[in-house]
Amino acid sequence: MALIEVKDLAKIYSNEGLETIALNKASFTIDEGEFVAIMGPSGSGKSTLLHILGLLDKQTKGDYKFNGKSIENYSTEELAHIRSQQMGFIFQSFNLLPRTSVLDNVRLPLVYSGKPEKLWDKIALDAIESVGLSHRISNTPSQLSGGEQQRAAIARALVNNPRVIFADEPTGNLDSKSGRMIMETLQKLNEEKKHTIILITHETFTAEHAQRIIHIYDGEIISDEKVRIIRKANEEFHK
Amino acid sequence: MNLKYSLKIAAIGLKTNRSRSLLTILGIVIGIMSIILVMSLGKGAQDLILGEIQSMGAKVIEIHPGREPKGFSDILQMFGDSLKEKDLIALQKKENLPHAKSVEPLVFGGATAVFENEANNISIYGVGEEFMRMFSVEVNKGRSIDQDDVKNRADVVIIGSKVKEDLFGNDEAIGQKIKIKNRNFKVIGTLAKKGGGSMVNFDEVSLIPWTTAQQYIFGIKYYQEILVEAESESSVDETVQDIKITLRNSHNITDSDPEKDDFNVSTQAQAMEQVGTIMGILTMFLAAVAAISLIVGGVGIMNIMLVSVTERTREIGLRKAIGATEKDILAQFLSEAVLLTIIGGLIGIILGAFFSFIASLILSKVAGLNWTFTFPVSAALLGLGVSALIGLIFGIYPARKAALKNPIDALRYE
Repeated sequence: MALIEVKDLAKIYSNEGLETIALNKASFTIDEGEFVAIMGPSGSGKSTLLHILGLLDKQTKGDYKFNGKSIENYSTEELAHIRSQQMGFIFQSFNLLPRTSVLDNVRLPLVYSGKPEKLWDKIALDAIESVGLSHRISNTPSQLSGGEQQRAAIARALVNNPRVIFADEPTGNLDSKSGRMIMETLQKLNEEKKHTIILITHETFTAEHAQRIIHIYDGEIISDEKVRIIRKANEEFHK
Repeated sequence: MNLKYSLKIAAIGLKTNRSRSLLTILGIVIGIMSIILVMSLGKGAQDLILGEIQSMGAKVIEIHPGREPKGFSDILQMFGDSLKEKDLIALQKKENLPHAKSVEPLVFGGATAVFENEANNISIYGVGEEFMRMFSVEVNKGRSIDQDDVKNRADVVIIGSKVKEDLFGNDEAIGQKIKIKNRNFKVIGTLAKKGGGSMVNFDEVSLIPWTTAQQYIFGIKYYQEILVEAESESSVDETVQDIKITLRNSHNITDSDPEKDDFNVSTQAQAMEQVGTIMGILTMFLAAVAAISLIVGGVGIMNIMLVSVTERTREIGLRKAIGATEKDILAQFLSEAVLLTIIGGLIGIILGAFFSFIASLILSKVAGLNWTFTFPVSAALLGLGVSALIGLIFGIYPARKAALKNPIDALRYE
């Protein structure tokens, strides 16, 4: 069974009678364990699609089944619960709480998880270790580099051991070296821990870390293809 | 999310904006402080007055002319002349009032007293020989009015401490003659200083025999009051009934309909109850006025909470994205508002108690009142409850606004 299944998904914003179609007739499935990049120029509707998939927004038309159940059938409370238990988010601007330590930032999702408080520190420390930030646990975001901040954000996305991680232009605010490190971390999570990863980007070299690229333009999906072959070729070339 | 965590987050939020938080709760602090102050001082005043009434003797029953006042026309009757000599005689009969220890009339009014061209307006109380004992008043010099003075309509006077000071200054007053209504009265005693705050200020009165007062000063044949002292506090109620029966007989009021009575009987217990009620209403009224400032304070809280919600829009978006429900967000901001107002309430309670204590020190040491500092626990609990309620009422709107934010819009907020 597919983890994510969308059919004829559309998002239409109407402002004073003027309709803007942000997304139109999107249909695809994503299986558990996939690493999918959604690519497109800015304004193409890729963020809208990611937000709908991440249950942060709702489509205007079409059907979205998460884990086999249409999201229309979930209450807002259940949706929050799914976000808490099965999803992790990584944002372009990191969205760490200012003046709050890395440890506290990473612990944040545990607060809403229902897990007993005595486990919080251990889970959070494990997640921080997995992104190699153990030496920074008491630092606040302003004391970290961009790459370190994004790694803290990844650790935060990991603490509830989600089935799927949504990454919204995770390297957009980073230099290319940090960006590459973040992508390698995500790739490792996908390959070793089998987390499903859905990423949006407008950079080809970022998208190439994925196994599959969905191209979107003016709200419509224009291509959807596996890229393992391309990447393999790239790796050969770099050797 | 649990309450402990909500409070912790709220505390961190308030600490981050410490000076803003302090200024915000000022309204609540002042409001709660005023309520505590009013209630504490009100209780102190009530205790003072009740203490005074009790010291006047819980066994004393007062009979006034006119039926029990229920409206304005009844109040006029209180100055009526329905209490006459035959009533006094009837009440003094042992078979009518078996539990009465003493029965005495009381007449009073104002008059001018002159001593060596020094003229003063004074209150005259025409009393019997038991009056001073009934009301625990004592002479600090000289003697009190006795049976013979009353029988002989003697021209003798006992003056209060302030009257003595006004007329004689530091000079000896005993044995001097003062002129009241062109009649020479010999000063036979001076009253010990009692201090202000009494129902009757004994420092400012002059006592003469009631017979003298009736005949020579006021020229009346009736009494303004008849005072009955019961043997003991437990026989007060029975004596009240005996008095009613006796006076109804004496006034030919046949049926026992209190509407027809042309007299009314009051006891200290009743007076205490009335004072308690009046003081209670007054205190509640003043506290209610003070509570208006709480509404102003609450609006301040709401205002700053709205600012806080706007400032933390991205945080709200993030929390929702990582799994916070609307309830979680609501609880977070509501606990922040309630924590703010409860802290304000606590500071207000402490300040209110402090200023009430200072006031009671001034009242007792400087003004010389028999004032004791009371801090009603009920007021403190009320203050705490009210401040928490203010936090809930004025916090719910900003908290709801936060909870209902769309996570996407919130995350994108700049």
